[in-house]
Amino acid sequence: MSANPLLMGHPLSSTEHARHALLYMWRIRKFEEAVEDLFGRGMMHGTMHLSIGQEASPTGMCMALTLQDQITSTHRGHGHCIAKGADLTRMIAELLGKKIGYCGGRGGSMHIADVETGNLGANGIVAGGIPIAAGAALAQKMKGNDNVVVSFFGDGATNEGAFHEAMNLAAIWDLPVIFVCENNKYGMSNSTEFSMRIEHISERAASYGFEGVTVDGNDVDEVFQAAADAVEKARAGKGPTLIECLTYRHKGHSKSDKNLYRTKEEIEDWKTKDPIGRFEHKAIEAGALNQDQVDAITEKMRDAVRAAITEASSAPDSDPAELLASVYREAGK
Amino acid sequence: MTERIITYAEAIREAIGQAMETDENVFMLGEDIGIYGGAFGVSGDLYQRFGKERILDTPISELGIVGAAVGAALVGMKPIVEIQFSDFTAQAMDQIVNQAAKIHFMLGGELSVPMVLRAPSGSGTGAAAQHSQSLETWFAHVPGLKVVMPSSPYEVKGLLLAALDDPNPVIVLEHKLLYKTSGHVPEEQYRIPIGVSNKVRDGKALTIVASGVMVSRSLEAAETLSGMGIEVEIIDVRSLSPLDMGPINESVKKTGKVMLVQEAPNHVGFMAEVAARIAEGEALYFLTEPVKRLCGMDVPIPYAPQLEKSVVPQLDDIVAAAVEVNRGI
Repeated sequence: MSANPLLMGHPLSSTEHARHALLYMWRIRKFEEAVEDLFGRGMMHGTMHLSIGQEASPTGMCMALTLQDQITSTHRGHGHCIAKGADLTRMIAELLGKKIGYCGGRGGSMHIADVETGNLGANGIVAGGIPIAAGAALAQKMKGNDNVVVSFFGDGATNEGAFHEAMNLAAIWDLPVIFVCENNKYGMSNSTEFSMRIEHISERAASYGFEGVTVDGNDVDEVFQAAADAVEKARAGKGPTLIECLTYRHKGHSKSDKNLYRTKEEIEDWKTKDPIGRFEHKAIEAGALNQDQVDAITEKMRDAVRAAITEASSAPDSDPAELLASVYREAGK
Repeated sequence: MTERIITYAEAIREAIGQAMETDENVFMLGEDIGIYGGAFGVSGDLYQRFGKERILDTPISELGIVGAAVGAALVGMKPIVEIQFSDFTAQAMDQIVNQAAKIHFMLGGELSVPMVLRAPSGSGTGAAAQHSQSLETWFAHVPGLKVVMPSSPYEVKGLLLAALDDPNPVIVLEHKLLYKTSGHVPEEQYRIPIGVSNKVRDGKALTIVASGVMVSRSLEAAETLSGMGIEVEIIDVRSLSPLDMGPINESVKKTGKVMLVQEAPNHVGFMAEVAARIAEGEALYFLTEPVKRLCGMDVPIPYAPQLEKSVVPQLDDIVAAAVEVNRGI
């Protein structure tokens, strides 16, 4: 079962909140470590994009959201999916090509969606989810409720036309959408220094007439604070915000990456800014958690991921006989 | 009672208006569909009737507006996107092909994209190569999309209302030359099922298969041919995806001769698929003449009127080709 995805509030506001933030970051970390292991052992097929090192951004953002709020995600989307409350067994099952997987084995790592927790889908196309998020926000506005939509994407997506068109539509229609750029410094092999002439991606919001902020994306409470402000603004009908979360992926872009475009020193330096270690330290210092509680969370999440793998592994494989009937939805359903 | 005669554009507007009155989740978005009334006058007074929230005028931003329609459809709305010229769908192809078409399948079946995308298609207005294409094969080649080409005012109203009931993305390609044509259209709502080919003329000499504007052009040619003693049977492939070969095969078995007419370029055109399907089944054994394709030339649509007409099958071309097929090799 999914852990409680509904705990909203500042990660350092109580022991419960600190526990929740840490638990979710470990949940993502342990899930991805397990995925890397499955892949390395040849048990998982295809490809995967790991977000190890980036866990603070989905966790901090989703602690500002209700279950009814929605997200769109990316190819590097396990963290978003988990932070919004997805079930680990169904996620692993999808990666293993099982019938009980979120997409029945038809989507894999890059395409997990979970309607129940408001995840409108990861996306294999860079920037593909951004206009979709704007459209979902348009629908929320037309339906007259106060749900918001968060669109996660990377630095590379902000050079795509889809990003700019969606930003502009969201601005002119005051849509309740929050654009979250997880700037991990690289679009595959190309650094942001190579691919753009501005220092902060958040500056791009100014050309559409709304606010852009840059935060330390490895600091879960800083991410939460920016999220909470943007969500409040969006719910009040005051339109979109662009939040740039500065972060770093410890692992390569995907399985084929030999890390030729960055130095070992750079990677090691960013590992010292790891969001999980930093938050553990902060939570202990603030008296929100003690070392025993921190250790227990790590162990608990390791066990949860193991249990999910065991359960998913024994599930039946997806069936090619069901493919043709899955292309179109039948009328009336 | 006299039949009510309205234009193709009015029939579209009526269908949209009735759908919006019936279902509050239906809304329309597109460029200049507000006070301007649409580049081809289709949205007309809908803006005055339904207001700016439901007739949502947009900036020039095809990728953004199709993406917004996909997102809105995922959350339970029923968007009708008007793309000003079908050529401009090229700007929005990621959202159409990689997103709308695949979401239901790829994301596991819980979500779907009940979006209708309408676009004026085809040549004949002197707008040259970037405003005159017939791109139906692009969409028909993508599993997950449905594609219709309504051939008359009656057809467009019924197919559009059926498209709005459909839980899948439907591409409606409206030929520009049809907008001002008139015909009988019932005032009440009715649906023409998507995925059913339609015999529009009986004849024994040969079978003509066509869609969109080529249906009315073939019907006109049929009158001339009739005067020459050649009675052609015409099948309107109003839905390209899914494709119903039933009436086509049945007709070919009866006539033994078939001519496939399309405005789009010949090479890898939609009618190549129809020819292949005929060849794959028992209808092949009934053919007494080779399959004839009468298609657009494999060139971009040129500007000058004599050039533009020369690259697309015209009335005389259909008559001449039919006479030839009827005569046999």
